[in-house]
Amino acid sequence: MPHETTESTTPERTASDSIIEVQPTRTRSAMDTTPIDLGRIEVLQILDEHAQVDESLDPRYDDEYLLRIHRGLVLTRAFDQRMLTMQRQGEMGTFAPNLGQEACQLGQVIPLTKDDWYSPSYRSFGAQLWRGWSMERLFKLWAGYHEGFPPPPDVNDLPFSIVIGSHVLPAVGVAMGMNYRSEPNCMVVNFGDGACSQGAVSEALNYAAVNKAPVVFVCENNGWAISTPLTKQSATTNLASRGAGFGLPSIRVDGNDILAMTLAVDQAARRARAGDGPTFIEAVTFRMSLHTTADDPTVYRAQELVDPWEARCPITRYETYLQRKGLLDTGAIDRIREECDGEVIVARDRFRTDAVARPREIFDHIYGELSPELEAQKQAYLDRLERKGVE
Amino acid sequence: MPQRTMVEALNLALDECMDRDDAVCIMGEDVGINGGVFRVTKGLHEKYGQRRVMDTPLAECGIIGTAVGMAIHGLKPVTEIQFSGFTMQAFDQIEQNMARMRNRTQGRFPISMVMRAPFGGGIRAVEHHSESREAYWAHTPGLKVVIPSGPRNARALLAAAIEDPDPVIFYEPKAVYRAFREDVPDEHETMPIGVAEIVRPGADITVISYGAMMRVCTEAVEDLVDIHGVDVELIDLLSVSPMDTATLAESVSRTGRCVIVHEGHQSCGIAAEVIARLNEHVFEYLCAPIRRVTCPDLPFPYFQTEKHFLPDADDVIAAVQETLAWE
Repeated sequence: MPHETTESTTPERTASDSIIEVQPTRTRSAMDTTPIDLGRIEVLQILDEHAQVDESLDPRYDDEYLLRIHRGLVLTRAFDQRMLTMQRQGEMGTFAPNLGQEACQLGQVIPLTKDDWYSPSYRSFGAQLWRGWSMERLFKLWAGYHEGFPPPPDVNDLPFSIVIGSHVLPAVGVAMGMNYRSEPNCMVVNFGDGACSQGAVSEALNYAAVNKAPVVFVCENNGWAISTPLTKQSATTNLASRGAGFGLPSIRVDGNDILAMTLAVDQAARRARAGDGPTFIEAVTFRMSLHTTADDPTVYRAQELVDPWEARCPITRYETYLQRKGLLDTGAIDRIREECDGEVIVARDRFRTDAVARPREIFDHIYGELSPELEAQKQAYLDRLERKGVE
Repeated sequence: MPQRTMVEALNLALDECMDRDDAVCIMGEDVGINGGVFRVTKGLHEKYGQRRVMDTPLAECGIIGTAVGMAIHGLKPVTEIQFSGFTMQAFDQIEQNMARMRNRTQGRFPISMVMRAPFGGGIRAVEHHSESREAYWAHTPGLKVVIPSGPRNARALLAAAIEDPDPVIFYEPKAVYRAFREDVPDEHETMPIGVAEIVRPGADITVISYGAMMRVCTEAVEDLVDIHGVDVELIDLLSVSPMDTATLAESVSRTGRCVIVHEGHQSCGIAAEVIARLNEHVFEYLCAPIRRVTCPDLPFPYFQTEKHFLPDADDVIAAVQETLAWE
């Protein structure tokens, strides 16, 4: 530790020690040699894999709330399964299933109010459903209709951006806008383990921390970025340490535990709204299904890696918890599944009748006002549609 | 009327826009107490405070990305990228979000923001400080690209860019920053974006340029008129995108000859687009092939070489004479 010698430990010298007299340095070293403590990263699990609840942490939500959450989880899975069927039948474009990530999805938005904002990624449709996106809108989105993309008019959500991690900076910007206008709301932004490798995500963490922006980062660590496992993505498999490195309070949460996810996000959102700045939440979960419907995970992922996660199913775990509380029985579980499947089918049928591609409108939203050049291009395009007999 | 440099005129535009609208805010590296490395934001931090004049971390992608979010939330951020060469760091957010958000959300989130950046050569700077890559942004749907040439139009166009409902790339020719003063009124003044200006009407040939090259062209035109007796029409593009095709086409339909001058690279540059449009609109009026005077397709050289790299008045005069001589 050479820097420690600069002030106090320089030995007394006499003229005979050296021909040139060495004066002790009076300035302190700029190097602080105190060991660096980034703080402890807490880990949160309330409902374990065997549905044993940690009584000391159980948030004790009321029965109606607990059942509403359950229905949200079941609906998310029903929607996911129907989307997959429709994709395989050629009715849906490529999409990213979220089988196994339902608790993670819902937990990050359940604590939000309508005035709070949410910035989803493309695997976030469970969260989007909870936030008020209709199933018809999401069907339209993934079937390639423009009108499916914008968030519903009364929902404070951002659209997702397909390029991984590119939505996180604008989400922080919205939160900075809340600070600018002294609004007591917050932003939750979702991204994955792969996104943590993007420079723009690191910039977003830093901007949020420096500006004390009211944002909750939810890093949904599902272990896989298409075929790339987390071990090839990052030398540390503890992604919560990324947050800590930027000076954010950071926590690692069991992403398959709906109670833990909801509680962690709720506390982070309260901190954000109170002006205490951003939080980083690493939600540990697993991508049980495909990256997208254009993907075949059997090429790169051994089934032995997937099997243990079957037992960690977030919905089964939560249902056991509710059964133990006497809120559900197997009959009720079956009935709710059927009801959710039915809701999805009704939405699908509405989508089938409502969805209309509007090729004539593609010039409508590029600028507030079209330039003469674009007007000319639009006219040429419309003439072309006319020639081809397109409505 | 007060005489101002371009830096002072830009500062005036920022000040008056911030004064008129609390939603207007400034974001960038060293734009606060320091007033920006070229002092364009001088005094604004003192006047409006750090809430509205934000020194950002050193990350251009972060500046643009967070500004997009602030614009989604209804603010009007005016970002400063210290040199246009650093905008490449922000390419991600410009292309993924700034340019696309209105279209992606079918009009729900228009992005009213400005990215200011000094561009162009001629100030003996280090690498990455002299680029003219406006063609990148003109090629990107959803953006507008505005480039003033003097103090007065800089002030009026910046005010217009800040008030515009869409994202505007505002490239400031830094060689002009303090090169001369001009009458710039104290009263609020804007100019419409997308309208070129006929700076000098003429009958023999049309010279089209923008930014710092307007000074080179003005010098060349003086010689051509006074010494060579050529009646040159000189047009300042002012807005590279949208481009005022009508004014350009009308001019060339009268003169039949045209030379385009810019600092940006030749291939797929702004001149190439001007030529394509003139071909589409006024081919039958052309008496000679349209020429372009540009920098070659090379990275901008180290500054001992830059004066040989940048087009000068002699290059413009030669191109005009060659075009006039063509039969």
